[in-house]
Amino acid sequence: MSADAVYSQEARFSDERLSEIAELVKRYPGAQSALMPVLYMAQEDFGYISMDAQKMIAEVLGLRLMKVREVVTFYTMFKEQPTGKYLLEVCTNAGCMLNGANELVAHMCETLGIKQGETTADGLFTIAEVECAGACAGAPVVQVNNTYHEKVTAADMDALITKVRDGGAA
Amino acid sequence: MTISSDPKQVKQICFDNINVPDMNTLAVAQKHGAYAFLSTVLKEFNPSKIIDEMKTSGLRGRGGAGFPTGLKWSFVPRNTGKPTYLLCNADEGEPGTFKDRDIMRFDPHLLIEGMIMAGFALDVKDAYIYVRGEFVHEVNVMNAAIKEAYAANLLGENILGSDYSMNLTVHRGAGAYVCGEETALIESLEGKPGRPRFKPPFPAIEGFYGCPTVVNNVETLATVPAILELGGDWHAAIGIPNNAGCKIFSVSGHVNKPGNYEVPMGTSLKTLIEDYCGGLQHGTVPKVIIPGGSSTPWLLGEHYDTPLTYDDLMKAGSFLGSGAIIVMDETADLVAFTRRLTHFYAHESCGQCTPCREGTGWLERVITRVENGQGTQEDVTVLGDAATHMAGRTICALAEGAAAPVLSLLKHFPEDVQACLGENA
Repeated sequence: MSADAVYSQEARFSDERLSEIAELVKRYPGAQSALMPVLYMAQEDFGYISMDAQKMIAEVLGLRLMKVREVVTFYTMFKEQPTGKYLLEVCTNAGCMLNGANELVAHMCETLGIKQGETTADGLFTIAEVECAGACAGAPVVQVNNTYHEKVTAADMDALITKVRDGGAA
Repeated sequence: MTISSDPKQVKQICFDNINVPDMNTLAVAQKHGAYAFLSTVLKEFNPSKIIDEMKTSGLRGRGGAGFPTGLKWSFVPRNTGKPTYLLCNADEGEPGTFKDRDIMRFDPHLLIEGMIMAGFALDVKDAYIYVRGEFVHEVNVMNAAIKEAYAANLLGENILGSDYSMNLTVHRGAGAYVCGEETALIESLEGKPGRPRFKPPFPAIEGFYGCPTVVNNVETLATVPAILELGGDWHAAIGIPNNAGCKIFSVSGHVNKPGNYEVPMGTSLKTLIEDYCGGLQHGTVPKVIIPGGSSTPWLLGEHYDTPLTYDDLMKAGSFLGSGAIIVMDETADLVAFTRRLTHFYAHESCGQCTPCREGTGWLERVITRVENGQGTQEDVTVLGDAATHMAGRTICALAEGAAAPVLSLLKHFPEDVQACLGENA
């Protein structure tokens, strides 16, 4: 076992995941193609992709750790740090900017008392400005944990935040 | 297929059934003609006939470059001993573009059918759809449709009892705009950072894992079933010569009814915006129209009557691109808008070419200074120089896309820039 492969027990896939990965690898000419889907699995299972998880994935797919590292760090959707329970990603690119996205972000930051890129102290919300979400007819667009919300107003976000704080789901 | 066989009557192709409820399910899709002609193609057509029909159709790639699809397919070498791969580019990251999303979430079987036909023509055993990472819902809809297609023997071994077998896999990207460039997409699908490759070799010769590979956009592949059923001549008669067929335009910005509208090629910008999009939010003539996504040069109010074709938009000084039309009325702050786009390109530059890696950062820093009222005349010169020297000096077109808005701003709206400069300018 190489030094790369030492990782904690917490960063281990379940047996179901491992058999899912074994099936997934067969769909590609090379195992490295399964790296991005497997990183998504880790993010789903562990909340973020820790260095331990990256070492574990390198071992599972038979890749050098550096191959995993360069993919994790290249793509913005792979998170190496935990985010809030609700990741609020606001598109502020062209179409959304022309339809009030900057004002929306400012409102959300004020309501939650955090800056863009930060997480609230209770761990509930993270605000992130993101690049074009590809849904410009619905500008401004906010992704709440991968679910698209379109034509979002400040009142919509306030309602969502209140609901979550009262113990509901967004 | 329920599209009229009379090309003069055709108003849309890919969106023919887009508003049918539950069209994403196989039962409803088949009720509306999905896969009805597939068996005929697999049993009575041969690959060279299909490629000939595609050439005759005049279909040009709908992802942005506008390269003739039939010609692209004809470049794939036969009998190399290597497998040929078909990759569908559903990365859709160009700001302003959101058309492929609707095909995938509302009519996924149209895309699957197009891919089976394309795969058959190219002798493909394994095909992939590379979908941008944010489109989780669309990935789920596509996967459900693919599962149904496998169960109905429309995918997998010996499709509909023919000799042809094909597997189809959806692959999620992870938030990198550059992966929409076809060689970056291939790198990404190989499990690497999405850095574009030098061309040649072109993917048709050496692509995915070094094998012959065709990369086509969603809309391109979704047009294939209609062309094969109704004929290349039928498609060529829609629109205008060299600009055949219909095109989906994603219209956003300062219009009253933003959305996707599929219209015959040659429809004017004004008709699209006034008749389909409910006109402008303010005023009667747009201040700026970006016709093909954020990377294409800006058009002005004087171009409002331009027909939407590859050729006419090029004559007007821009490109049709992916058909993403961003409209700005008189209320737009063009310096702030341009600064936002420079941030986008700086964020998305993959970093391998120096002019792009450094240039995109320069553009963002300098224009931010200008926007904040601290800019000087020298900064304006630097912006123009940097943008000019990035374009055409890199492996892919991202640098050109980054330069386009800056150069358009400086060329058409120098007074807006001057108005922002600091007191010491």
